[in-house]
Amino acid sequence: MSRYTSATETDRQEMLAAIGVESIDDLFADVPEGVRLGRPLDIAPGKPEQEVFARLRDLAAKNVSAEDEISFLGAGMYDHYVPALIDSILSRSEFLTPYTPYQPEISQGGLQVMFEYQTAISELTGLPVSNASVYEGPSAVAAAGWLAHTHTKKTKFLVSESLHPHSLETLATTSAGWGTTIEMLPVVNGLTQLDEVVGDDVAAIFVGQPNFHGAIEDIAALSQFKGSALLVVQADPLTLGVLRSPGEDGVDICVGEGQTLGNRLDFGGPSFGFFAASQALLRRMPGRIAGETTDVDGRRGFVLTLQTREQHIRREKATSNICTAQALNALAGVIYLSWLGREGLVELGELLVSRTHYARETLAAIDGVELWHDQPVVREFALKLSKNAHEVVEFCSARGVNPGFAFDDNGLLVAITEQRSKADIDRLAEVLKEALA
Amino acid sequence: MSITENQLHADPSIEAHELHPQRSAVIETEQQRDHAKTIYEKSKPGRRAFVAPELDVPKHELPAKFRRAEAPKLPEIAEPEIVRHYNRLSKRNFDLDSGFYPLGSCTMKHNPKLHERVAALPGHARLHPLTNPKRAQGALELMHSLQVALGEIAGLPHVSLQPSAGSHGELAGVLVTRAYHEDRGDFRTKILTPDTAHGTNPATVTMGGYEVVKVGTNADGGVDIEDLRAKADDQVACLMLTNPNTLGVFDANIEEIAKIVHGVGATLYYDGANLNAVMGKTRPGDMGFDIVHYNLHKTFTQPHGGGGPGAGPIAVSDRIEPYITKPQVVKLEDGTFDLDFDRPKSIGRLRGFQGNFGVFVRSYAYILSLGGDGLQEASELAVLNANYLLAKLRELGVTDLLPPAYDRLCMHEFVLSGAPMKRELGLKTLDLAKRLLDHNFHPPTVYFPLLVEEALLIEPTETETKETLDAFAEAMAEILREGAEDPEIARNAPYGTPVRRLDEAGAAKRPVIRQPL
Repeated sequence: MSRYTSATETDRQEMLAAIGVESIDDLFADVPEGVRLGRPLDIAPGKPEQEVFARLRDLAAKNVSAEDEISFLGAGMYDHYVPALIDSILSRSEFLTPYTPYQPEISQGGLQVMFEYQTAISELTGLPVSNASVYEGPSAVAAAGWLAHTHTKKTKFLVSESLHPHSLETLATTSAGWGTTIEMLPVVNGLTQLDEVVGDDVAAIFVGQPNFHGAIEDIAALSQFKGSALLVVQADPLTLGVLRSPGEDGVDICVGEGQTLGNRLDFGGPSFGFFAASQALLRRMPGRIAGETTDVDGRRGFVLTLQTREQHIRREKATSNICTAQALNALAGVIYLSWLGREGLVELGELLVSRTHYARETLAAIDGVELWHDQPVVREFALKLSKNAHEVVEFCSARGVNPGFAFDDNGLLVAITEQRSKADIDRLAEVLKEALA
Repeated sequence: MSITENQLHADPSIEAHELHPQRSAVIETEQQRDHAKTIYEKSKPGRRAFVAPELDVPKHELPAKFRRAEAPKLPEIAEPEIVRHYNRLSKRNFDLDSGFYPLGSCTMKHNPKLHERVAALPGHARLHPLTNPKRAQGALELMHSLQVALGEIAGLPHVSLQPSAGSHGELAGVLVTRAYHEDRGDFRTKILTPDTAHGTNPATVTMGGYEVVKVGTNADGGVDIEDLRAKADDQVACLMLTNPNTLGVFDANIEEIAKIVHGVGATLYYDGANLNAVMGKTRPGDMGFDIVHYNLHKTFTQPHGGGGPGAGPIAVSDRIEPYITKPQVVKLEDGTFDLDFDRPKSIGRLRGFQGNFGVFVRSYAYILSLGGDGLQEASELAVLNANYLLAKLRELGVTDLLPPAYDRLCMHEFVLSGAPMKRELGLKTLDLAKRLLDHNFHPPTVYFPLLVEEALLIEPTETETKETLDAFAEAMAEILREGAEDPEIARNAPYGTPVRRLDEAGAAKRPVIRQPL
């Protein structure tokens, strides 16, 4: 008997008798002979907990994580500090083990968390509408594309060459059956170029903020040329304490990767995607949305709302197929934002700005290093190296410093978090100098 | 604000609660009935939990035109009150670790505690997804091992772990189907889904750019073969099927169905939501399916997190293999592992990085713990528990008013219809569900599948004891007994929960979806 089931031999006999069959096999009578497996699964027999732990511990030990080196890797996920209270709250079974709050009377905790989360995302993005989470960043960009296509009925997407490449690829994959096309917007010295109003066949324009190469885009300027298209910005939410909100610059949809808000790296997931939009798009939003209401006694409460958008009600006419999203990760996000608080978000952003500029100036002073662009940056910047960037990464990593992501044969993307001190940055400069000598 | 004695007596609902005391699903103390306050309402300027690291470099300011004028109005609150706020909220949730959660189609089985420990190991939790594969060998080995095990379970050898949830796996399945057909110059327009399908199936078909064509259900609860034959033509790209389906019925005609679908050149897609019924007994690949998605959060037990995270890997047959997502985890000849981006016919990527790795860690630990024999036993006991619960409900007379939609043996779940209960007692399925809350049970899935009137979809899972199933059946019987005497009690239920029935219509009519600040 497995340690996760409880049916004793006596239980089984009593249960089979109650059902009126002889054996468990009788319960599978509907499975035709021709498709029965007829042999045991070719998977090793079950192991005791301590042996499973040992196997997983040994596998984990084969990885070189941010615990083991000074890492400047970013490009979409960042090694920020995750405060202990997040581990503590997320480990509560009342948050960890329920499912989607279909029964609101016994799910007020989870529903209120969604409402608080939506409020926080709305504040960050400056947009009035947020859902309760989508899968992660790039698929959120694709979801914005679907919304834009179905809302405008138009078929062209304009994508900045500096949008995260994973977002571009995900949009291209996801839109294969929509009859849409993708055209690229050029980037010059770090910035997306758009100097006339886009055509009326354009469903949406996609830009990163900051963009993949770390540059702060002039969203207000791009917004002037959006015409009848929707302007979609993929933002890093942690920078929105210091950067103008997308909402105040005329953005229609702001999406992005939520990992920077209190979620672990986890080799790429699970994290969460956020999805915020203008009021006009409320009824086209994908995913769960919590709303405030009252119960029969007039008590304040929260429910899943506007469900007629969703697949379980609307089926083929739903605004999205999403069902399970990333509620627990979004909870980590809202706890993190409460932990940072209104002032902390700005202070952390300012610290990142100062350290990132210090790092860029320090590294740019090394022979063999040029700036990829000279635009202002918040937390990440791109360098052009005189040597192969992949080899430089290898050289530095062997010396305990992971210098960043080689996004091109000569391009290196360097990310700064509050966990990388001046001393760490100076150490990176030393190693990089050696690598390029 | 707590409820005073006076309010208690003035409040008819609480009187009703006194009249119909039950073990309540969530509420334990009066404090939990406090007026809900959000974290924003507990904020006060100047309070904080975060202390920034020292500024150890020269201060740099962004150009004014990019700088935000007013900071987002996040809460200002110190750590003790953040902790209390969320702990208090947690007590307003019902959860699987606290009680029975027979939510049909969601496979709410026990979440082993070991899994949280191994997922949190720094070598997993702090591993950056862009780490050079040479320095992420443990993670890639884990993913590869999981791919191999999942492939064996499905009987389809090629596994892509990338999709983030079941619906995302469905989208991957529709997109590889499109790529497969179009690669042969075959442009098709329709996808078939049975009328019993999960809502995600038709929604996915639309997002994949196909037209949904519904196939009917026969008297046994399986696919209506004649209807399928009539609708299967050379414009059909795929049939999406769940087997056992959402009625808990294993479609005994599966071989015939596969023949019809393949006969018109379409692919056969397996919605793996119900895979927990058949592990080690039969495999989608052996039934003739070309593509399968798994719900790792269901069958391979992830904590459901209040609505995610999950993961929805897919497995495919040889002919579909060239089209699955990239990058793909591969084992090289020297025994090391790598990410393969060189897949020219791949549909591409469906998300950032390599998928929900933290979910893979837990599911791999689960497969190691159970082994092949344990997985098979899990499915056998899931089916045993479902059939026993159905038998117990019969024995107690519950099925007189709530008959099974299909009166036969079931697989891992079964559907009851509340139509006779509604007719004879004037109680809707919703009323029964709400009264179950007062008995400390999470209700089954209600009003799904759509073709059963007043449906209840009940999935007990293998990790529940016989005693729990007995207690649930007794509660169902008790609610019907009570309803025969006084249906008003259930009509106004629940009583013992932090809030009572909520005005959902009002919430949708005048949506308040964020706090005004």
